[in-house]
Amino acid sequence: ITVAEFHKKIKDAFEVFDHEANNTVDVREIGTIIRSLGCCPSEGELHDLIAEVEEEEPTGYIRFEKFLPVMTEVLLERRYRPIPEDILLRAFEVLDPSKRGFLLKEELIKYMTEEGEPFSQEEMEEMLSAAIDPESNSVHYKDYIAMMVIDES
Amino acid sequence: MGSGTSTQHHFAFQNAEKAFKAAALIQRWYRRYTARLEMRRHCTWRIFQSIEYAGQQDQVKLHDFFSYLVDHFTPSSNHERDFLDRMFTEDRFPQDSEMEKFGDYESIEVPDNYTGPRLSFPLLPDHATALVEAFRLKQQLHARYVLNLLHETRKHLIQLPNINRVSTCYSEEITVCGDLHGQLDDLIFIFHKNGLPSPERAYVFNGDFVDRGKDSVEILMVLFAFMLVYPKEFHLNRGNHEDHLVNLRYGFTKEVMHKYKTHGKKILKILKDVFCWLPLATLVDEKVLILHGGVSDMTDLELLAKLDRHKIVSTMRHKTRKENGKQVKKEEANQKSSAGRPTPWFLPQSRSLPASPLRLGSLQAHRAGRSSSIPCGAPRDAKELARQVRRSVDLELDRCRQQAGFPVSWGKEEASPGVTADSEAGNLRERDETISWSLQVVDILWSDPMAQEGCKANTVRGGGCYFGPNVTERLLQKYNLQFLIRSHECKPEGYEFCHSRKVLTIFSASNYYEVGSNRGAYVKLGPALTPYIVQYQANKVTHMLTMRQRISRVEESALRALREKLFAHSSDLLGEFKKHDADKTGLITFSDWAEAVESVLHLGLPWRMLRPQLVNSSTDNTLEYKSWLEDLAKEQLNRENIQSSLLETLYRNRSNLETIFRIIDSDHSGFISLDEFRHTWKLFSSHMNINITDDCICDLARSIDFNKDGHIDINEFLEAFRLVEQSCSEGNASDCPQTTNTNDNGCTH
Repeated sequence: ITVAEFHKKIKDAFEVFDHEANNTVDVREIGTIIRSLGCCPSEGELHDLIAEVEEEEPTGYIRFEKFLPVMTEVLLERRYRPIPEDILLRAFEVLDPSKRGFLLKEELIKYMTEEGEPFSQEEMEEMLSAAIDPESNSVHYKDYIAMMVIDES
Repeated sequence: MGSGTSTQHHFAFQNAEKAFKAAALIQRWYRRYTARLEMRRHCTWRIFQSIEYAGQQDQVKLHDFFSYLVDHFTPSSNHERDFLDRMFTEDRFPQDSEMEKFGDYESIEVPDNYTGPRLSFPLLPDHATALVEAFRLKQQLHARYVLNLLHETRKHLIQLPNINRVSTCYSEEITVCGDLHGQLDDLIFIFHKNGLPSPERAYVFNGDFVDRGKDSVEILMVLFAFMLVYPKEFHLNRGNHEDHLVNLRYGFTKEVMHKYKTHGKKILKILKDVFCWLPLATLVDEKVLILHGGVSDMTDLELLAKLDRHKIVSTMRHKTRKENGKQVKKEEANQKSSAGRPTPWFLPQSRSLPASPLRLGSLQAHRAGRSSSIPCGAPRDAKELARQVRRSVDLELDRCRQQAGFPVSWGKEEASPGVTADSEAGNLRERDETISWSLQVVDILWSDPMAQEGCKANTVRGGGCYFGPNVTERLLQKYNLQFLIRSHECKPEGYEFCHSRKVLTIFSASNYYEVGSNRGAYVKLGPALTPYIVQYQANKVTHMLTMRQRISRVEESALRALREKLFAHSSDLLGEFKKHDADKTGLITFSDWAEAVESVLHLGLPWRMLRPQLVNSSTDNTLEYKSWLEDLAKEQLNRENIQSSLLETLYRNRSNLETIFRIIDSDHSGFISLDEFRHTWKLFSSHMNINITDDCICDLARSIDFNKDGHIDINEFLEAFRLVEQSCSEGNASDCPQTTNTNDNGCTH
């Protein structure tokens, strides 16, 4: 895939959020754009990226001219690769040391909102709505992962 | 994971660190997942919006089509002349006596076995409440009561000012609702959640009550009923869909005729008048201005308050705000239609302007340079200007009428003999006035806010403007207002603030594009005028879906609509693809595909983002375009068909055709004759450069006329090309239904 191809891809993704058709997007949408281009940065990495593309005096908007070169390099270097399924599974297993095969709702909430880069309440609720089996009040993470992965493709 | 015997502390620390990292990983992965969903949701939204607005642009193109006809089509027979006659003339501006006749409901008998709601006048609150309940139970109001209610509504509306004034002194709270678009469930939900209207609970409904949804009639009945019952507390603003021409296209006319087969025509006639009498705006405590679309840099509330709103029968005629002088002439000439004589309801954009330069300079700049606020012409210039414009328009009109075979005497009728200089001046002043009036009204009914400063023509909608924060600010300051409430645009959350919270968009039709597409909302104002917003989604199904499922559903719907559009442009797409395939390999890259598709469809969509969902790719980066197009066709059609280009064309022009048919079917019978169909097609195809032979059309027409009585049911026609498809799929092409009887109805070859 050539650089020109990358440029077009980046432009398309950027334009989805360029509501005023003036080659700028709200900085709060940058994460969505970057992630939908195939990258999987952490929040910390995302903030670093934003700092790179922001204006010297932050305006709340990111200009395409600044975004394009930075994002192109990210794609060329294949930075922030997505997480393979098996690694994800092991991450869940770490949180489930007794190997039950599931996490209770309270446990999931505790980990997601207190550990790592904590979820907001909205993020938590969204995850719960899809992940939790209401009968057992738990998430069977193997199935959950499988379901989400199918979704992606 | 630690074993039990090592020091707890050490492993605890390790475990904690591992847990931290594991959590971070899961979160990272999850955030990417939701981001991708978010992207899909945005793309889906863009698809729906672009298709919706493209449809509105189509309406404009339809007007161009008619103008083309008047310019270029010479009827070859009396028959054709009558046909055109009927297409182009609009009923006279209804006189009061006529209205009485049309509002005549007393002669209509309500059968004894009628179990629906009954109304008696003057209406009481119980009647209105009972009406809501009856509609909730899916009952239908009898035509007699409909007409009666409309009659009373009209009487009430006539005495209202253009701008309603409401005060929070009387009703402690005021609830403002946006577009409902025939979605009765949303209205019922609002009354259920917020409470029924009452002297303590004022309501303002901000236009677009009808079209698209399936219960526009019922919504109108409820709204009008409450307005009659609580005239001081219940207010309605006109929207751009409260317009009989728009209704022809967007479903309200169809709904009325379907629900009221006998009296529908009467109902539509009186509704046309009722719509014109709807107030244009509502002002709360002299501080909050509520109107349907928006404002422009020319908006003049004083003018809006005193103009004769009844004269603006339809904003469709005045919509197109092109930045040239031709438009002025069009709008000038259009005013005649409201002067009470039969005139073509649509007037040509003349191809040949008279040589003498119309002194349109100032007026033209006035429109073209939207960010400047030149007042609407000094009186003297305007008069002279109007006179010149009028003369040239008359010339043009005559020429076109002659071409179209209209009796030329019409042209003479306009200039009434023996007119004195004063009355001539009076006429001109009237003309000036009506132009500036209609522009004011178009602006407030069609405009949309934008983030950039300034004011520019709203080319997406074909009418009104895009107004920036400075326009808002100037208006608010000029009239000492706090903020603006408007509707007109669907928003995912049902509402949206912009212009530093000086403009609030409120949209009350939830699931507007598709189940799960958006929430609806209404806003409440108390004496402090602080907006308090309530959101909802009037469909239980959506509550139980996860975000992922919701987005998938809506997305699938959008993609289906998009695929249909793609199919409808198959020939053009093939042509474009071939351009990218110089070596004739049959393959093009995805990048080429995206470029080609955009250049044909002009939807401004992020095609590269959408490509994975529209193209099944077996290869890495290339696409066999021919088979892709064939797959598209297979989805839309049941079989491959020699007439596929015809069908494709029909698909593409489906809503235009429907609108044209409804216009031809002036008695709203739902039927047009084969002849009319053939004529329509001939005119339409000549304008659109469609190469379909007359034979093909005749065959199609006859195959659609199933009972062979020489008439085509409009509704069936629109489904007919599918039927033709299905019946042909049983055999081969030669089995296509041919007419077997010799009773041809005019399909001469």
